Amino acid sequence: MTTAPPVSAPRSTVAIRSENLCRHYRMGETLIRAVDGVSLEVRAGEFVALLGSSGSGKSSVLNLIAGLDRPTSGSVVVQDRDLAKLSREELAKYRLHVVGMVFQSFNLIASMTLTENVELPLRFAETDRGQRQQQARQALERVGLRARMDHRPSELSGGEQQRAALARALINRPQLLLADEPTGNLDSHTGTEIMEMVRQFNRKLGMTVVMVTHERALAERYAQRMIFLADGKLIDDQPNTPTASGGHS
Amino acid sequence: MKLPDLTELALRNLRESVLRNSLTTLGISVGVASLVAMLSLGIGLQQLFSRRLAKSGLFDTVMVTSRRDLRGMSREDERNGPPPGESRILDESARLEMERLPNVLEAYPDIRFISELRFEDKPHLTMIAALPPSAKSNESFDGMQGGFFTSDTAPEVILQKTFAEELLGKAPSRGIDETNVADLAKPLLGKELTMRYAQRAATPAPPSAPSTAAANPPDDALASSAYSVISREQTLKIVGVFDLDPESMRGPTRAKVFLPLKLAQSLHIMQPTDLREVARAASDQPVYSSISVKVKNPAQVQAVEDTIKKMGFGTFSILDASRGLQQVFKVLYAFLGIFGSLALIVASIGIVNTLVMAILERRREIGIMKAIGASDGDVKKLFFAEAGAMGVLGGVVGVAFGWIIGQVINFGTNIYLKRQGFPPEHFWAVPLWLVGFAILFAFLVSLVSGLYPAGRAARLDPVQALRYE
Repeated sequence: MTTAPPVSAPRSTVAIRSENLCRHYRMGETLIRAVDGVSLEVRAGEFVALLGSSGSGKSSVLNLIAGLDRPTSGSVVVQDRDLAKLSREELAKYRLHVVGMVFQSFNLIASMTLTENVELPLRFAETDRGQRQQQARQALERVGLRARMDHRPSELSGGEQQRAALARALINRPQLLLADEPTGNLDSHTGTEIMEMVRQFNRKLGMTVVMVTHERALAERYAQRMIFLADGKLIDDQPNTPTASGGHS
Repeated sequence: MKLPDLTELALRNLRESVLRNSLTTLGISVGVASLVAMLSLGIGLQQLFSRRLAKSGLFDTVMVTSRRDLRGMSREDERNGPPPGESRILDESARLEMERLPNVLEAYPDIRFISELRFEDKPHLTMIAALPPSAKSNESFDGMQGGFFTSDTAPEVILQKTFAEELLGKAPSRGIDETNVADLAKPLLGKELTMRYAQRAATPAPPSAPSTAAANPPDDALASSAYSVISREQTLKIVGVFDLDPESMRGPTRAKVFLPLKLAQSLHIMQPTDLREVARAASDQPVYSSISVKVKNPAQVQAVEDTIKKMGFGTFSILDASRGLQQVFKVLYAFLGIFGSLALIVASIGIVNTLVMAILERRREIGIMKAIGASDGDVKKLFFAEAGAMGVLGGVVGVAFGWIIGQVINFGTNIYLKRQGFPPEHFWAVPLWLVGFAILFAFLVSLVSGLYPAGRAARLDPVQALRYE
């Protein structure tokens, strides 16, 4: 264990480990190296921020961890699953049960009410109707949307939509919460509200959180670790003490 | 995803862009309607023809003649079977025997004779025939004025149109006969005719010559056979006048006046066969010139015919013609079906178009579903379900459309037929299997149309799809 890198942790508590992770694609004649040899480890229960300017590859890394994309080379292992080796079907199951995702643009389905949006993952998981509805209601109550359950996303504020998206991300009790600029479309007050919720889930449920952001201040307030990316490469990886009130001790 | 969830989501998605999906579904309905319309026309026509053929009595009837009358014997007939002189007599016991054969509905004798009928003191000479009660369903009587005999023994007659014209002193028109039967019937129905006929009455054997009888019984039996011919009159009431000629096949022996069969039998009218079988005329059993045997269905005609031939009689029937007709209808079905399906195939292109559009529109939604855990299969099934739902809806609406179109055309044609003086016809049939088949077919065609769009939606890269605004 003494030879292990300073930020690495015992194997059993590692939630995510990537080795020489690459994601290249062609755009016309040029080869884009969106992710270019990224190796990192995230411990279970850790709150990690991926930082970088736009085009740095931080969202691409998140998509690879989320199993939405496959690496060109290298590997990414999440909860002992080598994502590159999973079939499309297994990858869908992985996204359904292991990962919860929130996005900058909320990504709720416009034609569905909040309850329907939140119970959608349970439909894919073939949960019984009664149980499904009950779980969806509980999840929405937990994020303070009891009064908005039968509203459509377009009738809600950005903060409310992101709360609903959080409820949806957590409905299948995932071990991993991946957030892609979760406060990017919110004012600072609402953004704080959302981040407080994320931190609560991280601390109370022991959920591993990986958040992509370009706001260093936000990362410094909530993350236990900050990973910097530029041009698809990992350029810095530093621990951080969250400064938010009631922060991590 | 479970089937109820799939159906629910599919219907919800269809409701979301209601105009486009309704138009696509309408396209399928029109396709199904044309299919249903075409096939039900084919089925209806076939049923009409089958009904007509069954009613015409041509295909389920075997005409039985005695070989003794030497008529209609081909070389083959002459060579096979016993010589005419030793053949059986076509009498009542032969008739009963035929009636007891399997698959035979009835066997009735053909009684026809030329006789004088007086109407308003004017004599008219014509061929008269007897009709069994089962003849009531014969298509010739479809447009009949008045009614069929009130009973099988009632002293009543039914007249064919040309004889009615003769009674009224109208010259039979040449070419296409446009005379309205109703106009002819009005002055005749309920009026009475007097029929003069020759009755054959058995005379008891002369009581003399008992000694010779003992010496040579057969000869004596022969010598003692005798009958009288008595001229008699019978008053008959006209109950019906009809247009078509049920005996057009009979040529010169066709009758224009018809009596109930039982009545004719009870009158013991002299028949041509009575002269031929003069030697046996005194027996109690009537002898017939021919017997019509009705078979349960045309397929059994051959077997019945063969059995009767073995009994030693001559037979005649029209065979295989109906089988050939069935084949013609199979081909007609296929053609109508293909033309009907063309519209459905055009509609299926509409489904492909609608779903491909839906994929473009809902790209982001597909991306979201994949991001939160939908598998390729889930997405594929969802698009399949949407295609299937459009197919079933279009099928149901289309069957209703097709049925309405059929009813309207049937109604319209019947108005036309009525104006032309024909009886109304039902040449449109939508059997239950066609309803089921049309909906199932629409469903299957829709699923096939959904194959490509569903596959495309399932293969959509979630990262690309989520980037799409």
